Amino acid sequence: MSLTNQVKNQHLLWRAGFGPAVEELDDLSKFSSKQVYKGLVKASDKKPEYIDVADDYLKGLMLGIEEAGRQQKKEMPKEDKKMIQQKNREGVRSLNMYWMHEMVNSSAQLREKLSFFWHGHFACRNLNVFYQQGLLDAIRTNALGNFGDLLKAVSKSSAMLNFLNNQQNRKDHPNENFAREVMELFTLGRGNYTEHDVKEAARAFTGWGSNLKGEFMFRKFQHDSDSKTVLGKTGNFDGDKVLDILLEQKQTAKFISQKVYKFFVNETIDTEKSDWLADRFYKSNYDISGLMEDIFTSDWFYDEKNIGAKIKSPVELLVGIQRMLPMKLENEEALMLLQRVLGQMLFYPPNVAGWPGGKSWIDSSTLMMRMRIPLLINDADEMNVKPKDDDDQMMGRQNMENKEERKSLKGLIPRRQVINANIDWNLYVKNFENTEKEKLVDSISKILLQTKSAVDNDLIKQYSDAGSRESFIKTTTLQIMSTPEYQLC
Amino acid sequence: MIIKRKEFIQIGSLATASIMLPKFLKAFEGQAMVPAGNKVVVILQLSGGNDGLNTVIPIRNDIYYRSRPRLGIEKTKALSLTDEVGLHPALTGFKELYDDGSLGIMNSVGYPNPDRSHFRSMDIWQTASQSTEYVTTGWVGRYLDAQCSGCDKPTQAIEIDDVLSLAMKGQNINGIAVKDPKRLYGTANEKFFRDVLKNHKNEAGEKPVDYLYKTMAQTLSSADYIFQQSKLHPSSAEYPKTDLGNSMKTIASLIFSDINTKVYYVSLGSFDTHVNQEMQQQRLFTEMNEAVKAFVKDLKSNSRFNDVMLFTFSEFGRRVSQNASGGTDHGTANNMFLVSGGLKQKGLINPLPDLNDLDEGDLKYKVDFKNVYATILNKWLDADDKKILSNKYDHLNFI
Repeated sequence: MSLTNQVKNQHLLWRAGFGPAVEELDDLSKFSSKQVYKGLVKASDKKPEYIDVADDYLKGLMLGIEEAGRQQKKEMPKEDKKMIQQKNREGVRSLNMYWMHEMVNSSAQLREKLSFFWHGHFACRNLNVFYQQGLLDAIRTNALGNFGDLLKAVSKSSAMLNFLNNQQNRKDHPNENFAREVMELFTLGRGNYTEHDVKEAARAFTGWGSNLKGEFMFRKFQHDSDSKTVLGKTGNFDGDKVLDILLEQKQTAKFISQKVYKFFVNETIDTEKSDWLADRFYKSNYDISGLMEDIFTSDWFYDEKNIGAKIKSPVELLVGIQRMLPMKLENEEALMLLQRVLGQMLFYPPNVAGWPGGKSWIDSSTLMMRMRIPLLINDADEMNVKPKDDDDQMMGRQNMENKEERKSLKGLIPRRQVINANIDWNLYVKNFENTEKEKLVDSISKILLQTKSAVDNDLIKQYSDAGSRESFIKTTTLQIMSTPEYQLC
Repeated sequence: MIIKRKEFIQIGSLATASIMLPKFLKAFEGQAMVPAGNKVVVILQLSGGNDGLNTVIPIRNDIYYRSRPRLGIEKTKALSLTDEVGLHPALTGFKELYDDGSLGIMNSVGYPNPDRSHFRSMDIWQTASQSTEYVTTGWVGRYLDAQCSGCDKPTQAIEIDDVLSLAMKGQNINGIAVKDPKRLYGTANEKFFRDVLKNHKNEAGEKPVDYLYKTMAQTLSSADYIFQQSKLHPSSAEYPKTDLGNSMKTIASLIFSDINTKVYYVSLGSFDTHVNQEMQQQRLFTEMNEAVKAFVKDLKSNSRFNDVMLFTFSEFGRRVSQNASGGTDHGTANNMFLVSGGLKQKGLINPLPDLNDLDEGDLKYKVDFKNVYATILNKWLDADDKKILSNKYDHLNFI
């Protein structure tokens, strides 16, 4: 049986974006998925704007450090230091909220989805908001461009260089961390290089660092300019040349294609397909747009086994709900708490390997929490779950008696709270105005779920409020979103 | 007799409830009850990087006092264990355990190429990985994988928390997080979830949706099971009214029940004492001391102390020198407490760290924490440590 346009388009929108938005519901059955994909590509055409959330106060302070550095004053006042930490933390939080807002509202869904993928691939923890902004911009700008350009931009970002200790990588004191992760996690994958390659590559990256503003700096006097041998090639390589050597390896195309396949198509890799993708990706000199087009316009992408086969990541889940049910959140903190409780907080990956994904999203606590979200946003349930402390962010301050200190951790220390979402149901409810009453549950289900199976309609009805047509549509929607099936896309 | 009757009624009602459960859940029904003498591990995680040097104090070491003019704990204030070694003044209960022969102190525990990020170092401890590799399963989780492949008993490892730690996540089986057995997943929608589950007809399969239903089924039935068990022999002892006190009381009540739990996991923090260390460590140690003291007393009066091994760990210790803010910064190797009535080696198991032999101001590790894990897995839990840790680590002699 061939699949309807609606099913295929929902599949496409969940994978190439963050799920269908309520205003797109009308079009889902009108267009072919090829046409919809064309639209997605076009909407992601433009170079994204730089997201700048750092406040002027912090910018002033950072300029102050620079000035102090120039005047050789070593210590800055303690209060300033503390303020810088606090403002940075708030900055990264704003960046998180801002970007999530983009994921919900931007029509450049393909670009934001790819950026989200690269955000996990080039996973980086860094408490400096300027560095994080720079890295995010490098990723969003190159998300659909050339993988080599993206790799180089990330490798030269202050966020990554600092996170992977390349500031400490000097001619007389090599630090291999950066070189190792570039090979293991960003390009070749484990087992495709030797320890000797890591050592030699690390020498080539000596002298790569950044200044306080977060600009890339090549410190020539720290650079080891002697000859190195990496993956069988010998020469007086610098970092750029080593990245070129890594890109020359077909294994890099293979590694990336497999990861892309797992993320966008199916957790279980079909090697025939991923090899075909890798081949073309390599031949195109790493054109990411081409790779995505190969996937989203192929017939096999729309195979039944790939539809509804992925467990949504926490961010995909949270963004997806908001795209379908536009809402204004009085208490945006709650979104941060949910990210943490569910195990995926933007800008705080578990480590440089990123979020492992798939089944690892699900344990008893996270699953129950996921299924409670719809009632939480409807204020019918209370957020009574406490996430674990994050000491990298809190630095021991969560114990402080001082109220101001604790206040500075807003969003990190939860209170018992309701989310206070103000959902705009108008457009959503209107979408069903011509649906017969008996078919309501079915058609709501079809829009919300990608799985073939669904919770029994009669059961959903039992828990829906049949007081009015409108309340029936609303409560049915929230109950269906509270099922295991809704966790999949 | 009254207790017996109560047990009967509760087991009875559980059995009735399980008739309505999907087939793949029935594993619970015929499950072997756990006899007394069954070994249990309680893991107490000190989050944030506890300062080991002010925990087990080298009270006659000049370098210690020179490095910590303000933070060093005076010999007269420390609770002295030997001429050379004292405990933090708040740890009175641990001093009693030491005198009693039920405290072991393992010094200089760490791992090669230590990482100073809380998150990363905690990852390394919880996954029992090398610092150069990224592992996505925890060591207790892999213990679950090895112990009960094919069975549905996530209650073998319970974390007293709202959120499950990586340590508790296996490849196929996860432990379960429970903050309070009475209000487990207490949600307005609970009845709906139960109905959704009852309504699901598919057998356990390979598809992700089956995995979700399986997890949901395990969660709800484990919640019931844990709740029932926690009521069987609830501890009647006095515990401090702190978070940790409540958690330890929950653990004791479950240990006294017939539940099949082998590993309990609980955290205390934050020990990240960059500033005002004195106050912060004092407060946290008081909480730990009172809770552990009550727990041990409770276990002893129920004759279960010999079956329980409690140990503490932290993601790293702190630097030897104090900083300028009345605190200490992230360091490396650290000590661990082992508390049990069944210890083979007691007191100071190995020497204090050598402050003359530092690595750029940091302690050098002498014992890999994975040796401690291997010992506990193998000798206490009778498990295949080589498989779980995917490496052979020599066993230590404290068990």
